[in-house]
Amino acid sequence: MANVKRSPWILHYDGSSCNGCDIEVLASMTPVYDAERLGVENTGDPMQADIFLITGGINSQNASVVKQLYDQMPRPKVVVAVGICACTGGVFKDAYNILGGADTVIPVDIYVPGCAARPQSIIDGIIRARDLFQKRSEEHDALMKKKNLERRQA
Amino acid sequence: MGKKSVIPFGPQHPVLPEPIHLDLVVEDEVVEEAIPNIGFIHRGLEGLAEKKDFNEMVYVAERTCGICSFGHGMGYCEAVEKLMNVEVPERAKYLRTIWMEFSRMHSHLLWLGLTADAFGFESLFYECWRIREWVLDIMEKTTGGRIIFSVNQVGGVHRDLDEDQIRFMKGELDRIERDLKNCEKTLFEDATVQKRTRGIGVLSKQQIHDLGAVGPFARASGLKYDMRMTGYEAYGNLDFEPVISDEGDCYARILVRTKEIYQSIRLIRQALDQMPAGELSVPVKGMPKGEAMVRVEQPRGEAVYYVNGENTRFLNRFRIRTPTFANLPGLCQMLQGANYADVGILVVSIDPCISCTER
Ligand code: SF4
Repeated sequence: MANVKRSPWILHYDGSSCNGCDIEVLASMTPVYDAERLGVENTGDPMQADIFLITGGINSQNASVVKQLYDQMPRPKVVVAVGICACTGGVFKDAYNILGGADTVIPVDIYVPGCAARPQSIIDGIIRARDLFQKRSEEHDALMKKKNLERRQA
Repeated sequence: MGKKSVIPFGPQHPVLPEPIHLDLVVEDEVVEEAIPNIGFIHRGLEGLAEKKDFNEMVYVAERTCGICSFGHGMGYCEAVEKLMNVEVPERAKYLRTIWMEFSRMHSHLLWLGLTADAFGFESLFYECWRIREWVLDIMEKTTGGRIIFSVNQVGGVHRDLDEDQIRFMKGELDRIERDLKNCEKTLFEDATVQKRTRGIGVLSKQQIHDLGAVGPFARASGLKYDMRMTGYEAYGNLDFEPVISDEGDCYARILVRTKEIYQSIRLIRQALDQMPAGELSVPVKGMPKGEAMVRVEQPRGEAVYYVNGENTRFLNRFRIRTPTFANLPGLCQMLQGANYADVGILVVSIDPCISCTER
């Protein structure tokens, strides 16, 4: 873990979940599972968040909310879909108001299966998200550097 | 005189993991009116009854809400059993009662934590959730699931408890009781808790009655109203008296819910001792026909289940009236004239479960 340079913050939004996955996300932040030891923190503000944890499927009313939250997050960002509902729609797939998993409106990077997803697998998802975030930040930095250089030369 | 402004609360809000949206009309930090706007988690769960076999539907019913999941499954099963005149074996009734009370404990502990978090008492939040993990461990060891157990079936339950598990449960209950006692001093006496909850959001018994509130929210205002008194499942054989308090403020709600955790511990101990041996389920023959309604006391209050079948594999109609829905008018009443800073704690104090309200 010594090479971790950043501590990404997490934004958690409950799409149309049954609450099961939400409380497991919360449980994985509390001392017993303690995801915060990985340097992440739960925040309520999308503008400060780097990782978007979404639980539950997308329905017609929250589609715009999810999109908005995603757009408000600064680049680079990583999206984790927690629970089978957020992955595909799960048990509610056939319900009339469910459009599908989170990837119907936003690009999802990491899928955490389970109904409800266990804290262990959520933490695994967070670790992968953190690594991906690290990679993307480096790419982002390199890109910015290049752009700045070009601007200066021009 | 200040200017009136409308402040949106939610849908994504730090105080609750679930999306609830309130439009708060505020004048000088005082809330004049609260207009709830729900529908963000509507999935159309009841509609699934037409697409899933009535036996399969149990699993969908359980996913109405992840916190009182067991209760929803049980309520649904009871309704279908009533419709089909199935008598559940005694042992299954006791097992359902035991698991129901465990889910009540986990729900109340979760709520105590969230309440502490709503007024910024992080360490108390973590402490409650630490105790809650033990309840979840018991659930996992006995049913295989942490929060969604899937042990109910129409006609009984899937799983049994053996001697080892019963001994384990009893030992853990002692441990939970002991740790909760430690926590209790902070919950009841700490200055922070008192400042943020005493005299906040007071509703009288009459108001609660008129607004049709249910559950611990109603009992905290002195209304003795608990579906467990009707004696469904094994409650009729257990020594049970609802917990009430007269103050009707947020503090009383903490008090009532904490005492209910102890009560659940007592109920489980009794049920474990009295549980008879025998079958776990009876075979169910035929198809559901006619209509039936049952009422079940969920951690958040009375829930009503209605089923209607027309002699086919699929139910015609399945309907739930959830406790939070009944408590929302009470919440709007409390929010009128409240300080803006208290909105978070007031919303949490009814223990809102949005995902069952919107299904
Ligand atoms: S995956 Fe299961 S537990 Fe999670 S939100 Fe969906 S139904 Fe609930």
